[in-house]
Amino acid sequence: MKTTDIIKNGLIKENPTWVLILGMCPTLATTTSAVNGMSMGLATTFVLMCSNVVISLLKSLIPDKVRIPCFIVVIATFVTIVQMVMQGYVPDIYDKLGLFIPLIVVNCIVLGRAEAFASKNNMFHSLLDGLFMGLGFTWALTLLGMVREALGSGTFFGHSFIGGNDGMLLFILAPGGFICLGLLMAAINAIRRKTAK
Amino acid sequence: MAKKAASNLVNMLLALTLIAFVASLALALMNNATKETIEINKQKKVDEAVQKVLPHYRDMEAKADTIIVAKTDIDTVQFKREVKGKEVEYILTRYTAYDEAGTLVGKAIESFDNNGFGGKLRAMVGFDAEGNITGYAILESNETPGLGAKADKWFQTKENGGKGGGAQVIGLNPSVNKIMVSNGKGDEKGDVDAITGSTITSKAFCRLVSIAYEAFCYGNDAEAEAEEPAEGENVEGTDEAQADGDTEAQPAEATK
Repeated sequence: MKTTDIIKNGLIKENPTWVLILGMCPTLATTTSAVNGMSMGLATTFVLMCSNVVISLLKSLIPDKVRIPCFIVVIATFVTIVQMVMQGYVPDIYDKLGLFIPLIVVNCIVLGRAEAFASKNNMFHSLLDGLFMGLGFTWALTLLGMVREALGSGTFFGHSFIGGNDGMLLFILAPGGFICLGLLMAAINAIRRKTAK
Repeated sequence: MAKKAASNLVNMLLALTLIAFVASLALALMNNATKETIEINKQKKVDEAVQKVLPHYRDMEAKADTIIVAKTDIDTVQFKREVKGKEVEYILTRYTAYDEAGTLVGKAIESFDNNGFGGKLRAMVGFDAEGNITGYAILESNETPGLGAKADKWFQTKENGGKGGGAQVIGLNPSVNKIMVSNGKGDEKGDVDAITGSTITSKAFCRLVSIAYEAFCYGNDAEAEAEEPAEGENVEGTDEAQADGDTEAQPAEATK
């Protein structure tokens, strides 16, 4: 497998959010602002990279029948590490994301990549796969967060660009999240298909 | 590629035990490494909030005559109140600030309410010696972004990013003003304009401020009698201060 393929897969071709449609729960919940979306994406990227590497190294040691509990223990360990580090060094972001950090454990992308990629490929490729799947998730969340933040509160990464501080509240709330996600997904897939031809 | 370990009992047990052992070791080390920073952060947040909400000037209008807090006593106030039909036990930390001359300049109370839109809402509320609200800072909130989460600014003064007008709680005194939302019905109608679309958060905030005011008065006979209904009266905590009606010379026991 070529490295460029892995990179392309994660960012565009098999992008977890726009194409595989995985991890919708954190996608909708944490993208109320661009910074929140980006932080969530980066935290997930770190977990993905680490868990992919460890699982790829352990793949021949783990018997098939207990692989899922083994994967989950590895993933949960890294998530807890992220949680403690964020709580210690970026408490403001930790306060905002709150519950969604520990919930990375059950994010389908992380276990999905462990099962579909890391348990079958070597360490270096698994690392790349984790990194670029994570970055694919991150740019999707950041974009969605930017759109929702711009429409919902009239700010760009926290900086106001319209007078006053009232936006269209709908886009901060859940329905607006679904609407933005759907429209962006349609647009991105349309572009993707056109360029693929 | 190396051959996969067979799924027999020994292998499965070994693999799981080993992974769990290494995982717990890693987490224990990590916990040790970050514990202190996390504690310091929490303490810093509280300290900053106390600083922020206590009065900064003797003359609030003109912003003149800066107050220098020389000493802060910390004690705990404990009482029970009925909130929304349920008895809630409040154990609140109270920071009592004095200037160099030993005169009381104000108190900051870490108060909370369990009935915000997203659950618990916790804030530091500051009062000057007369009980006027001098500031507040949200410490913990799970309110909706764009709606209830606006509470951190909404009730502040206009120059601090607040809505101003009827929404401002700074400067109100709970012994004169009714700290309840202005769109409440009947008895529940008060003097504070609720956040647009977030009445539940606003109500929780008002309750939290009222509770903070009770803690402010606690241990002070003169004001306590005027202000408080007798029901659900104070279960004594560590506070032995049965004051002589003089707000300024109140002894507060530090129970850190």
